[in-house]
Amino acid sequence: MNLRTMGQKFASSAGAAALTLVAGAAMAQEGYGHAEPGQMDFQMPVTEVARDIQDLHKLVLIIIVAIMLFVLALLVAVIVKFNEKANPTPSRTTHHTGLEVAWTVIPILILVVMAIPSFRLLTKQLTIPKGDITLKITGEQWAWNYAYPKDQGDFDFISEIKPDKQLKPGDIRQLSVDNEAVVPVNKVIDLIVTADPTGVIHSFTVPSFGIRVDAVPGRLNQTWFKAEREGIYYGQCSKICGKDHAFMPIAIRVVSEEAYQAWLVDAKKKFASAAPVNEFADNNSAAAR
Amino acid sequence: MATNAASPAHDDHAHEDHPLPHGWRRYLYSTNHKDIGTLYIIFAVIAGLIGFLLSFAIRLELQEPGIQIFPALASVLSGDGSIDAAKNLYNVFITAHGVIMIFFLVMPALIGGFGNWFVPLMIGAPDMAFPRMNNISFWLLPASFLLLLTSMFVDGSTGFKGFGGGWVFYPPFSSTAGTPGPSMDFVILSLHLAGASSILGAINFITTIFNMRAPGMTLHRMPLFAWSVLVTAFLLVLALPVLAGAITMLLTDRNFQTAFFNPEKGGDPILFQHLFWFFGHPEVYILILPGFGIISQIVSTFSRKPVFGYLGMAYAMVAIGVVGFVVWAHHMYTVGLSLNTQRYFVFATMVIAVPTGVKIFSWIATMWGGSISLRLPMIWAIGFIFLFTLGGVTGVVLANAGIDRALHETYYVVAHFHYTMSLGAVFSIFAGFYYWFPKMTGYMYNETLGKLHFWLLFIGVNTVFFPQHFLGLAGMPRRYIDYPDAYALWNWWSSFGAEITAVSVLVFLYVVWEAFSKKRVAGDNPWGPGATTLEWTLPSPPPFHQYETLPRISGGDH
Repeated sequence: MNLRTMGQKFASSAGAAALTLVAGAAMAQEGYGHAEPGQMDFQMPVTEVARDIQDLHKLVLIIIVAIMLFVLALLVAVIVKFNEKANPTPSRTTHHTGLEVAWTVIPILILVVMAIPSFRLLTKQLTIPKGDITLKITGEQWAWNYAYPKDQGDFDFISEIKPDKQLKPGDIRQLSVDNEAVVPVNKVIDLIVTADPTGVIHSFTVPSFGIRVDAVPGRLNQTWFKAEREGIYYGQCSKICGKDHAFMPIAIRVVSEEAYQAWLVDAKKKFASAAPVNEFADNNSAAAR
Repeated sequence: MATNAASPAHDDHAHEDHPLPHGWRRYLYSTNHKDIGTLYIIFAVIAGLIGFLLSFAIRLELQEPGIQIFPALASVLSGDGSIDAAKNLYNVFITAHGVIMIFFLVMPALIGGFGNWFVPLMIGAPDMAFPRMNNISFWLLPASFLLLLTSMFVDGSTGFKGFGGGWVFYPPFSSTAGTPGPSMDFVILSLHLAGASSILGAINFITTIFNMRAPGMTLHRMPLFAWSVLVTAFLLVLALPVLAGAITMLLTDRNFQTAFFNPEKGGDPILFQHLFWFFGHPEVYILILPGFGIISQIVSTFSRKPVFGYLGMAYAMVAIGVVGFVVWAHHMYTVGLSLNTQRYFVFATMVIAVPTGVKIFSWIATMWGGSISLRLPMIWAIGFIFLFTLGGVTGVVLANAGIDRALHETYYVVAHFHYTMSLGAVFSIFAGFYYWFPKMTGYMYNETLGKLHFWLLFIGVNTVFFPQHFLGLAGMPRRYIDYPDAYALWNWWSSFGAEITAVSVLVFLYVVWEAFSKKRVAGDNPWGPGATTLEWTLPSPPPFHQYETLPRISGGDH
């Protein structure tokens, strides 16, 4: 690393930090579905659950920053007030019941304040509403298989990372895929997530939707989302799964109902003509418990 | 606590009864707690340097987007310089880094090293209860370490060398589905040896502390470091057999066609995760509790005040140990646990914040009203308190399953556990090292150089890990050799911090070399009247056998 690039890094980090802190919302507005350069906070939420996660995180962040500042202030105070020059004779106080009760009870109260919205959010995440569409997602080494049910046309396809050489303008390195999963906007989408039963564990996540669930061989896990904005939303495999763990991104394109219906027509032609790409797509429920 | 040590220096006549062993026999056959402690510390330094080099390679790779340095490393280490071999080697490195830092740096340094050295000295015991078992506890470790290093060079996943599934060893990646080659078997056997070593050590500590305290040294007069090792030893005895069971089941799945974790035959990979974390969560307290003990001794010594709320401090550690056994599934919020299960683990995990808070505030209350001398160990201890608190509060964030859903397996988690471990446990190791170095060697180091070491490491590791909070919030997953370009900025900073940290490691080695070459005599007690525990009544270094006439402890209970 030469000095010039280092200088640029210093300048750009200071810039990014200032931008994100001062005009964070404005800057992140542009970047739906993925992180922006130098991003320091969550990706823009496009579901109610993702917004709730960020709201709860804000509350907790305020509390923990206050605790950190309090501890820092106490440490500075003892160093200034009670160093050997300022205070040559130490006190012998080793007990103070009131103080000890206070620093046990006050943290408990803080935790209760935190726990109430936390439990509410947890319930919302894990209570799966009846979906308008149910997709089955299967993690493999190293790609994702998306299966659409009978009422949507009964087809499935593999979604793989685009190699760097095939990237087109507008694509994002490490995130763009050959076949995105497409869903309609403002519809409840239920996801059934599993993994190749002869394979390993993966984890399916889309930060903008506030969802993450492991894809475990032999298990069917569930989650759900209701995207409120059209666009492409990316995620990346989140459980170490071998050499291409970093190279099996997730891409979900949220479109209008009409565009979704049009895509379904094309996708049925493109994917349903062939035998299921994923041999596990049909017999998985038998293998799973 | 008033101490009344009768004739601590008595090694002159001891030589007649027990001739001092010399050369390699002194160490290979050693049954002396101080020599074994020294071996543990030397072992931990060597393993720590190797573990650090692995992480340094990881950070260099991540300094820029793309894959730069691992193809060359793979070509040197396995003879295959392809991009695929590089990706595999990266995973092998993160796995080995985790295992080495936990099992071969932090545990040997804190428990084997400082525990062996100072538990007998502090409680007024001549040695450990089972000196020969102490010997085998140590010598299992180099064998274990050798097995782990070997695993990196034998076949793992098809076509590649080494096991790259992370230190958590989740099947099916760690069973034949993901790693058909024998490298995982080497890892399992390595862990079995390390586990046996720790269990034997833990039995030794429990027996020593319960049976060999000097007259008058009641449990409630015992220094907090001895308390911390006692609690840790119980955690080891209760947690490690569960790990041993889990990896034995994995071993039979791999080699004898059992199907504990094999979904194709009705097994369940999630069972392994439950067993692993039933061990793994107490394990993180095993790593930090002895550090708590060290910090308590140092804060009290350099504030020239007894520890504030001694009983609260001791029983907070007991509480952390007990509750630590019932929170394991907060590592598993995304595996598909039911709503009620997740509610319980959120609640239980938050409870741990309370005794941890008691400890932080008691340390500060110990300093409050004290007469603080900012000697080197005290600076490390204050650094520890601040950084551990920072790592602790992000743990409160992650305890909320709802938020963890967004942060699980991201760099936020990496930042969190490195603040508690790499900045918490490691800072406590350095605090203890600089606190007891004069006692162990008889020499004084150069404090100015030691302060340089502190500040370089403090700035270095904060630069490494603080930006990782941003990366995690922005969604960057952990264990990634390459990342979208948006994450480049903070990754660059994180790697820059690793470069500062590398300089601090060199400074540390120089501090030690300088102290041994200058041979400044430290004296029995270089820390003054605040150092009230028994080890400071002995000469520096202590005689080969101490307390042939047991010290008598008087003074009130806390």
